Amino acid sequence: MKTRLLLAGALMLTATAATAQTLRIGLVDDPDLLDPAPGKSFVGRIVFQSLCDKLVDISPDLKIVPRLAMSWETTEDGKVITFKLREGVTFHDGEKFDAAAVKYNIERDKTMPESIRKAELASVDSVDVVDPLTVRFNLKKADASLLATLSDRAGMMVAPEAAKQAGAKFGLNPVCSGPYKFVDRVQQDHITLARNPNYWNAKAFSFDKIVYRTIPDSTARLASLRSGDLDIAERVEPTDVKEIEAQKELKVVSVTSLGYEGLTVNVANGPASKVPVGQDKRVRQALSLAIDRQGVMDAVFDGQFTPAGQAVPPVSPYYSDKFPPSQRDVTKAKALLKAAGVEHPVINVIYTSSSRIQRVAEVLQAMAGEAGIELKLISTEFATQIQEQTDGTFETSLIGWSGRPDPDGNIYSFYICGGGLNDGHYCNKDVDAILNDTRITTDVAARRALYEKFDAVALDELPIIYLYFEKYIWGMTAKLQGFIAVPDGMIRLDGVKLAQ
Amino acid sequence: MNAMLPYVVRRVLTALPTIAIFACFVFLLQKLLPGDPVLAMAGEDRDPATLAALRIQYHLDDPLPLQFMRWAADALRGNLGESLRNHDSVLHLIAQKLPVTLELALLSTLISVLIGVPAGILAAAKKGSLWDNLARGAALWGVSIPTFWFGIVLIILVSVNMHLLPASGYAPISEDPWQNIRTMILPAFVLGNAQAGILMRHTRSSMLEVLRQDYVRTARAKGLTELRVVLGHAFRNALAPLVTVTAVLLGQLLAGAVLTEQVFSIPGFGKMLVDAVFNRDYAVVQGVALCTGVGFILLNLLADIAQLVLNPRLRAS
Repeated sequence: MKTRLLLAGALMLTATAATAQTLRIGLVDDPDLLDPAPGKSFVGRIVFQSLCDKLVDISPDLKIVPRLAMSWETTEDGKVITFKLREGVTFHDGEKFDAAAVKYNIERDKTMPESIRKAELASVDSVDVVDPLTVRFNLKKADASLLATLSDRAGMMVAPEAAKQAGAKFGLNPVCSGPYKFVDRVQQDHITLARNPNYWNAKAFSFDKIVYRTIPDSTARLASLRSGDLDIAERVEPTDVKEIEAQKELKVVSVTSLGYEGLTVNVANGPASKVPVGQDKRVRQALSLAIDRQGVMDAVFDGQFTPAGQAVPPVSPYYSDKFPPSQRDVTKAKALLKAAGVEHPVINVIYTSSSRIQRVAEVLQAMAGEAGIELKLISTEFATQIQEQTDGTFETSLIGWSGRPDPDGNIYSFYICGGGLNDGHYCNKDVDAILNDTRITTDVAARRALYEKFDAVALDELPIIYLYFEKYIWGMTAKLQGFIAVPDGMIRLDGVKLAQ
Repeated sequence: MNAMLPYVVRRVLTALPTIAIFACFVFLLQKLLPGDPVLAMAGEDRDPATLAALRIQYHLDDPLPLQFMRWAADALRGNLGESLRNHDSVLHLIAQKLPVTLELALLSTLISVLIGVPAGILAAAKKGSLWDNLARGAALWGVSIPTFWFGIVLIILVSVNMHLLPASGYAPISEDPWQNIRTMILPAFVLGNAQAGILMRHTRSSMLEVLRQDYVRTARAKGLTELRVVLGHAFRNALAPLVTVTAVLLGQLLAGAVLTEQVFSIPGFGKMLVDAVFNRDYAVVQGVALCTGVGFILLNLLADIAQLVLNPRLRAS
C-alpha cells in the first residue's frame, strides 16, 4: 500500500515537473540595455516581445492590432489620436496600468537623456489623461506612421514607479507588464524570464520560463539546436536550412523581413561625392543593371533571400508592382556608361566586415566587372563604417536597414533633405513634398499613390540601390507548435506550445 | 621565508608604474580607433540631439588627458566606471566573468600540464624512439590546428552526434557543478591541447639538458632504476623553466580565449573584451585590461617565488 502511494506521489510529481516547461531561445547577439527607451538592439526587441507589452502590435500582414490599447480614433486633420486602454492590466510589481502610465512613458521616451526614441516621437507634442482608460495624443502635425512606431519600443510601457526609482539603471532590472517578467541576466550569456500569472491573456502562454541564450557563432548555434540544447534558434544562416530540414526532429520557419540590404551612394556629402557614381545617375543605373540580384541570392544565400528593387518589401500593402527588381542587362549598363562619358568607372565600396557581406561584395564586384565597372572593396568594421558614412568619406556603402512596419520608417529619414539617416545627402524638394504628404493621411490608397510617385523619382535617381530583402529564418524543434512568423522577426509566444 | 618579504614588496612596488603605463597605453590605443562611441551607442536612428546629450553625459568631448585622469582617479577609489552599452558597473561585469575565465584558464592549463609534461618526459627519456616522434608530432598538431575549428568539430562529434555533452549552456560552479563541468570540459580540452604541445617541447628540452648532467650518470651508476632516475632526480631539476612557461601560458589565457569562448558560448572575458572594443565601450576595455595586467604581473611574481622555492641556489641573490 505504502509503495503504491509513494509511486502515485512520484508520478504526480513528475507530471507537474513535466508541465513546468522552459523554452530555450538562441540569440545572435547579446541584447543591450533592457529598457525600451535607450534600447537599440534587434535582439533586445525579441526579449521585449515577451517582457514588455506595448500599446499596439502588428499582424503578419502588417496591420496594426490592439494590445494594451483596445481602440483608437484620429481626428480629421490627423493631429489628435485618442486611445481607449485595456482594463485590469497591472505591471509586474503590481502598479496599475492606466492613462497616467502611458503619459509617463511617452514623456520618458521624449525626455530621458539616454532615450533614442526622441526622433521617433518627434511628431508628438503632448499627452493628456482624459480618464484612467482614455489617453489623448496631441501631435504637432499629422503623422500616419505613428501607430506603427507605437507597435515597437516607443509604445512599450514600463512601470512608472519602478522606472522613477531606478532612473538610468532601469534596464538592469526591468519592470513591465508583459506575459513574462524579468528574473536574471548574465551579460553575453543568458537572460531568464518567468511567467507573469497576472497577465491579461496568461492562458495563451504555455511556458513557465524562457531562457534567451546568446550564441553569436552560427555553427555553434546550429549545433546547440541539433543537440537539443536549444528549442529555437533565430536568424539561422540560409546555407544551413537544408541541413536543418534534413533532420526530422527539427523544422524551419521563415518570412521575408521588413528590412533590406543596399548600396548607399554618396551623392552630395563632401568631396568624396565628386565622382561619376555620385554625380551622374546614369552611372548608378548602370551599376544597378549590372547586378544579377537573383544570381547573388543563389551564390551567397542558397537562393533563400528575395531580390529587392524598392525600399518596401513585398508583404507591405505599400509595395508597388510597378517597380520590380531590375533584371540584369549588361548591354544597357554599358550603353548608359558610354552616354555618361565614363566607360570604366572605379568605385569604392565600404562594407561591414562579416563573412556573409564579404561574399555579397565579392559577387557584386565580379558582376559589375563584366559591365566595365571596377568595384574596389574596402572591408570596414561596423562602427567605423557608420562614422565614414556620417563624415562623407565614402563613395558607396554596402549597408542594410532592419526595416520598420510602416514604409515611412524605411524611407523618410533616408531621402528627406537633411534627414538623420540620409548619409549620401540626397536632396530633392519634390521628393520632400511627396514624403511629407505621405505622413498626413492615413488612407492606404492615397499613401500608396504617393509612394508610387516617390518610387518613380527615387528609383530613377538611385541614391540607394536596393539589392535584396533578407528572410528571417528560425530553426526550431519540430515539437514546437503554433509559431507564427511575422516580418519584423520577433518571436511571439502567444499560442505557442511544445508538444510532448 | 621571511627573507622573501622584502623581495615581494620590491616586486609589487616596481609593478605599479608598469600597470600605470599599461593602462595609459590601452586608453590611448582605444582613443586612436576611428569611429565615434556615441554613434556606436546611439542605435540605428542617430538622432543628433541624443548624440550631443550623450557626448556631454560621458565627458567624451573633454581633452584626452583629463578623460584618462578622471578614469585613473576613479579606478584608484575602486570605481571602474560603467559600461556605455548597458550601464552595468564594470566591476560587476568583471566579477561575473572573472571566475569563468579563471576556471577555464586553470582547467586548460591543468589539462595541458597533464598531457604535455608526461609526454615531454617520455620523449626525453626515450629520445629518438617512436614515442619521441609520436610526442613531437602530436605537439606540432596541437599548436597547428586552429582552436575554433577543433572546437566546432568536437561539438559536432561529441554533442550533436554522440549526445555525450551539451553544445552550450554554461552554468556557474556555485549553481550547478555538474553542468559546469559538462560545459567546460570540451573548451578546456581544446585550449589545453593547443598548449600541451608547447609544454611538451619545453619539458623535453629541459629534461634532455638535465639528463646529460653528471649527477644523473652517477645516479644510474649507483644502480637506481631508470624510473627513479628520470622522475626522482632529473624531473625535479627540470621543473624550473616549466614553471615559468606554465605561468606565461596561464597568463595568456587570463585575457580570455576569445575564439574558444565564442564557439562554446562561455561567458568569459574574451567575448566581453571584443564586444567592448567594437562598441567603443572604453570603461569595460580599460577595466578588463587593468584586471588582466594585474593578473599577469601577479602570476609572474608567483612563478618567480616558485622558482626561489624550487631552486635554493637562486635564494642567495
